Amino acid sequence: METLYPALTVITPLIFAFVVGIVSWINKKICFWLALLSLIVAFISSLKILFYITTTSSIVQYKLGGWPPPIGIEYRIDWLNGLILPIISFVALLNLIASKRFMEKEFKEKESFFYILYLLFTTGLLGVVITGDLFNLYVLLEITSLTAYSMIAMGGTGRSYLASLNYLFLGVIGASFYLLGVGYVYIKTGSLNMVDVFRILPHIYNSETVLVGFIFCMVGVWIKMGLFPLHTWLPNAYTFSPISVSRIIAPLMTKVMIYVMIRVMFSVFGRWYVLGRLYGVNEFVVLLASCAIIVGGILALSQRDIRKVLCYIIVSEIGYMVGGAWLGNPNGLIGAILHILNDMLMTFCLFLAFGNVFYTRKKTKIEDLKGLFGEMPYTSAGLVLVGLSIIGIPPTCGFFSKWYLILGALQAKDHFFAVSLILSSLINVILFFRFFEVGLFSKASYKKEAPVSMIVPLFIVSLMLIVVGICSGSIVNKIINEFVLVALG
Amino acid sequence: MEKILDEVATKYNYWIYIFIMMIGFYGMIGKNNLIKKLAAMNIFQTAIILFYVSMGYKKNATIPIIKTTHDVITKINPQEYMNPLPHVLMLTAIVVSVSTFGVALAIAIKIYQHYNTLEEDEILSNIKEKD
Repeated sequence: METLYPALTVITPLIFAFVVGIVSWINKKICFWLALLSLIVAFISSLKILFYITTTSSIVQYKLGGWPPPIGIEYRIDWLNGLILPIISFVALLNLIASKRFMEKEFKEKESFFYILYLLFTTGLLGVVITGDLFNLYVLLEITSLTAYSMIAMGGTGRSYLASLNYLFLGVIGASFYLLGVGYVYIKTGSLNMVDVFRILPHIYNSETVLVGFIFCMVGVWIKMGLFPLHTWLPNAYTFSPISVSRIIAPLMTKVMIYVMIRVMFSVFGRWYVLGRLYGVNEFVVLLASCAIIVGGILALSQRDIRKVLCYIIVSEIGYMVGGAWLGNPNGLIGAILHILNDMLMTFCLFLAFGNVFYTRKKTKIEDLKGLFGEMPYTSAGLVLVGLSIIGIPPTCGFFSKWYLILGALQAKDHFFAVSLILSSLINVILFFRFFEVGLFSKASYKKEAPVSMIVPLFIVSLMLIVVGICSGSIVNKIINEFVLVALG
Repeated sequence: MEKILDEVATKYNYWIYIFIMMIGFYGMIGKNNLIKKLAAMNIFQTAIILFYVSMGYKKNATIPIIKTTHDVITKINPQEYMNPLPHVLMLTAIVVSVSTFGVALAIAIKIYQHYNTLEEDEILSNIKEKD
């Protein structure tokens, strides 16, 4: 399809980032509205792309500068990234609305800088997901990471600077490893276009250079997403950043990296390579993912700071998706992709709910939740809903992806992974009921709810958790299955 | 033994890049001073640039500008020209590494203003005292 929507999705936030930068010299008030406008455009155009893909069941391609694919850079949207694009722009849009009050209060003069970085960050994420070129992906990944480092450093405390620098060191190593991997693939294939590499690689599957390239790509992506032994940067980086920053980075960054992993595995190297040539490796990675799930859960239990608890929940959720993708059967892959979608919403909802709590109470310890349910009824309702979803109670979306993952684990006869998934549910029960216990069984002195601009996004996302849960069947059948059929045959 | 030496001699550019990269890696892990770590990070990234640049090189080849004039179309022999694509990619990678370095230095300044030191162990002990 010849259409401008793919370009529009990425270009609008990019151009508006500069427009906001210029306008902030003249009028600081309209910066927010400009940012909002650009994200609305990005959201609508990504929805249009998804609509087009599902109605015509064909892939959307966009040639940048009119150059044909193997030479020029191509934007290529199939069922996988067509599904993820709208969610990214949706989360970015809602978070911008929820952040307005907070940013006005905390960053009086630096507000416009935040909007610039925020738009560039969103541009990077959308670009990483939309692109069909391996090197282009690296550049956009670095745009995302650089803005993430600077936004985390906006926390303004010594710890946030240190966490940001730590993240930067590991992020550079991760991105450089990915770049090296792409280099090795390029030596052998002479191409950077994903479709082209996918076409050429089967002839040289036995090459050691390709193996080295694959390993470098995977390790780089794992560092960036924070898979268990490589997760050390994650908790501090998300804990010490301002809440409106961690609210966007935490749901999107790690999940987009999991998307990149799935893309590299199944659309660049192909299942014959990952599951055939490297037979046996997938069991090891699933074992690693199971360890991530259990260790993340245990570390979450041992924390007293709510923000740290949330970070370790993310570490354990990463294990779900990596494990599901490497199980190597359709159910596991469906579960992993559905969980990318669900986990973006769940993590965002979780951070929104606690963001409201931190905004009104300015305290982050678990015992500070006393009297929460009486004092902030709407926020607590959202919190209960997202808690149920992360635990995996049926009408909410968390249940369905976990169901597919467990099915996949049983199908692959990987009982350890299945057990760790169920164990993680139990750990989440303990975690959330500890919140509920502290919040519910103590009297509220007065009623002080967060501002409406923060409640409304929470309400929308909580509603989405149920809607996506109920629609899981049709999402899987109409969108995810199409990709899985292509990827796993 | 001879085989290994042969391997090293024919692919010396890759060995050099791995050697430089490991120096950078060691610096990032082993050094205590944050600025030294940043310098090591830059070395690490430069090694990758070297890898890419050496990848596009060919012996007895020239820069990729076609020798013939515009109106005479002759067959182009790819052996005669170096591969420009990796070199062009590295222009972007250099920009990325410079901007990463800039962001990192800015954060390092902030850390210095906050803790009055750039030695990592001193910063960590400072944090422990506060807790």
